[in-house]
Amino acid sequence: MKPRYGTSFPAPENQGTTLPVAAAAMLAAPKTVSAIRKMTEEAYAKHRLDNVAVELLTTDRRGFLATVFSAGAMVLGANLLTGEADAAVTWQPSVYLGFEPDGQVVILAHRSEMGTGSKTALPLVVAEELDVDWKKVRVEQAIGDARLGSQNTDGSCSVRDFVEAMRVSGATARLMLERAAAKKWGVPASEVKLSMGTVTHAPSKRTATMGELVSIAATMPVPAKTELQFKKPEEYRYVGKDVAIVDQHNIVTGKAIFGMDAKRPGMLYASIERPPVYDSKLKTFDDAEALKVKGVEKTVQLPPFKQPHLFQQMGGVAVLANSTYAAMQGRKKLKVDWDLNPAHANFNSTAYKQELFASVHKPGKVVRNRGNFDSAFPGAAKKFEADYYMPMLAHAAMEPPVAVAEWKDGKVEAWCPTQDPQGVQGAVAAAMGIKPSDVTCHVTLLGGGFGRKSKPDFVVEAALLSKASGKPVKVVWSREDDIQFDYYHSVAAMHMKGGLDSSGKLESVLFRSAFPPIASTFAVGQEYGAEFEVGMTLNELLFDVPNIRAENCPAKHHVRQGWMRAVCHLFHAFGAHSFVDELAHLNNSNYVDYYLKTLGPDRNVDLTKDGVKPWNNGQSTDTFPFDTGRLRRVLEQCAAKSGYGKFQNTKHRAIGIAAHRSFLSYVATAVEIAIDDHGGLTIPHVWTVADVGQTVMPDRVRAQFEGAAVFGASLALMGEITADAGRITQSNFHNYPVARMKSAPQKIDITIVESKAPHAGVGEPGAPVMAPALTAAIFNATGKRIRELPIKRTKLV
Amino acid sequence: MISLTVNGQSRQFDGDGDTPLLWYLRDELELTGSKFGCGMGLCGACTVHLEGDAIRSCVTPLKSAAGKKITTIEGLSATGTHPCQAAWEKHNVAQCGYCQSGQIMQAAALLKKTPKPTDAQIDSAMEGNICRCGTYTRIRAAIKTAAGVK
Repeated sequence: MKPRYGTSFPAPENQGTTLPVAAAAMLAAPKTVSAIRKMTEEAYAKHRLDNVAVELLTTDRRGFLATVFSAGAMVLGANLLTGEADAAVTWQPSVYLGFEPDGQVVILAHRSEMGTGSKTALPLVVAEELDVDWKKVRVEQAIGDARLGSQNTDGSCSVRDFVEAMRVSGATARLMLERAAAKKWGVPASEVKLSMGTVTHAPSKRTATMGELVSIAATMPVPAKTELQFKKPEEYRYVGKDVAIVDQHNIVTGKAIFGMDAKRPGMLYASIERPPVYDSKLKTFDDAEALKVKGVEKTVQLPPFKQPHLFQQMGGVAVLANSTYAAMQGRKKLKVDWDLNPAHANFNSTAYKQELFASVHKPGKVVRNRGNFDSAFPGAAKKFEADYYMPMLAHAAMEPPVAVAEWKDGKVEAWCPTQDPQGVQGAVAAAMGIKPSDVTCHVTLLGGGFGRKSKPDFVVEAALLSKASGKPVKVVWSREDDIQFDYYHSVAAMHMKGGLDSSGKLESVLFRSAFPPIASTFAVGQEYGAEFEVGMTLNELLFDVPNIRAENCPAKHHVRQGWMRAVCHLFHAFGAHSFVDELAHLNNSNYVDYYLKTLGPDRNVDLTKDGVKPWNNGQSTDTFPFDTGRLRRVLEQCAAKSGYGKFQNTKHRAIGIAAHRSFLSYVATAVEIAIDDHGGLTIPHVWTVADVGQTVMPDRVRAQFEGAAVFGASLALMGEITADAGRITQSNFHNYPVARMKSAPQKIDITIVESKAPHAGVGEPGAPVMAPALTAAIFNATGKRIRELPIKRTKLV
Repeated sequence: MISLTVNGQSRQFDGDGDTPLLWYLRDELELTGSKFGCGMGLCGACTVHLEGDAIRSCVTPLKSAAGKKITTIEGLSATGTHPCQAAWEKHNVAQCGYCQSGQIMQAAALLKKTPKPTDAQIDSAMEGNICRCGTYTRIRAAIKTAAGVK
């Protein structure tokens, strides 16, 4: 038996004094609730697009792009000025566009690609405005670097936040190349036109390639934004058309490189035994048998983390070997004894569910107040109340967490499937006691992310193990590791009350919700949601009802929390729209008619009148109002397309529907279900109508909504993570099932509404509507109202 | 010593015969198109062909592949022109793409045995392959395109 700390690492407590400021900040506990709020909100706060500035990058200023552009290239950087708060900071481009002297156009993709298509969509916009042949554009994935602006790919905002910068970059470069040609030929710039990559002076029939003009263009001043001429939408060659993602061919031929495929010469493979109960410590371990496994080279103790957890690794024992299989086999032979944390060792999901319901049956923190619920509700002609529940969920991306890291000369180089490469730099730097700028993070393709891969704990493991072994190390999480040591999507309980007048009109609503907030991962003892969490449905019901109160009730955490695709909308939309459907049936109406009545006349809802500072994805309500008209239109259109009103519900076949605004988009989904005599449920058809504002790649928008219908159906039908004695019960796809071809919707019709509104969210807003639409359909078939997910827990026949 | 043929090349392996084929392909031969997803034969991301049949390489010990012909996504077609690959591109099936090598290998094996599959045959053949991005409707459409059925 070995002592708790081997020679490899000091305990983290001994580590802190010489950390650089940024790294120390990662480890420092936020001291106040407002600091925690700020932290969690910053994780979601995105650039507010007020202006875009473009600058020519001279070679001395593009060192970090050295592997992407040659010295002879002309490189333009564009940034998003982020408003008065950030106006003073150094100019930081988010877009890089390079012209090689050989004519090749290189566009840097600074956001991570996990399946949404943004790696293609954003460069496509540049190519469109520049007017070059898309086939001749090379898209390069950026490393993590603060100079690129926000790279944290979450919140359904890559296109929304960066499309304008892309347009400006492309148009700027086009004008500069045209002016360069005009200078070269001594003709007015107005007579020169760049089209499909060729610059032409029509009167003299002269032409030049972009490559020929790079050296002249690179010496010219960057034009002001007011001088730019943007293409008209009807002139678009690519935007709004169906274009393949840039990695498609490599994907179908098996050549695409994901994190799982990264490799370094001399690399060791690691498999890690982690504490089975959250925040527990290693007592002793015996690695004698593990070391006898052929291929195993050594074992390394990883220190426990120090609260707050943030993105630190969990601690444990790693087995390092010359192959993945040997590392996994060696790990099985470890004998490990844990010192379990008594605060979490009794965590049991069944008992915890009762605790959450007890929490929402008491008054909580008021997060919205309109009128007076307490005085209105007692006198209601009809009263209704219901509780709703959604369990904990694991992300379970097809590619489990995996990372390669190499420690060399006090610096770390990492290759990993991360949603947040700058987060990797910060977390690795904090763990190693180095500067974030001494961490180079190469971003591979992500085999799915869904929120899990914005947490870089697995890269920290690889970095620590590389330092301990003196070799590059690849940490491979098994599926069991992924499901048992996730940053879990929080369990939630909700309590709703509605008071109706004698005509059935809703007059008063109480909406209470309790869920362990993500702040609990950032600071000990956090039990209430941050603004962005309660700002997802809980305090923004678009009801034309005079008395509404929303309350957030406390919830303790026993695992590390980390949101999944669509975040709090998943459970809040389930509660809210199930509630509407229940009220509709109570009034012999249906969801569509009753919700339209409850929604009221078309208007922009001003939540500030209810004491709410709307979160609104960090965006202004001037640009992205709460527009009930857009919600009404998608619901009406979806009802018409699916035949909701005329559908003859039977015990074998029925339809349900829900409409919801999330991530600034408006989505209605109708779900047709079939139930056989044994209670087996299938989903023959799903119709979605989405108003997401303007779009860049309509096929990828449809794909995201198709995928969200499957993802939403999966979690509603079968998604459930439970714990007993502090340990996660599920371990792989046999006991944490996800939708397969037969359980997924068989046919999915997506309609994207033509819109001139600003680009809004696409990746997430299709998911929240699925659970309430599905359970509404089940009610229409069976009369059974499922208020607790997953659906599989209820016998349908 | 275990001898086997991988994508037409003969290979020798002198390690532990219980080593899953997947890790041999990935770690030793650097054929990383076949993916690790579950290690229990539950998700299909590791699907390759053994003598033309679709198998889960993560639960196939190398000793059971001795003397056999293995085909991975890299060997399905040198240039990506297999009808399934072409159909996958036509339908823009992939989102993240991680599971798609396995999906394509599973579909290719199906079409070899059942050139004109029905919807029910497609669903049954593909039931073991998980796609978390939810591309199932496009996978079904692509298989029909590859098979030339409606």
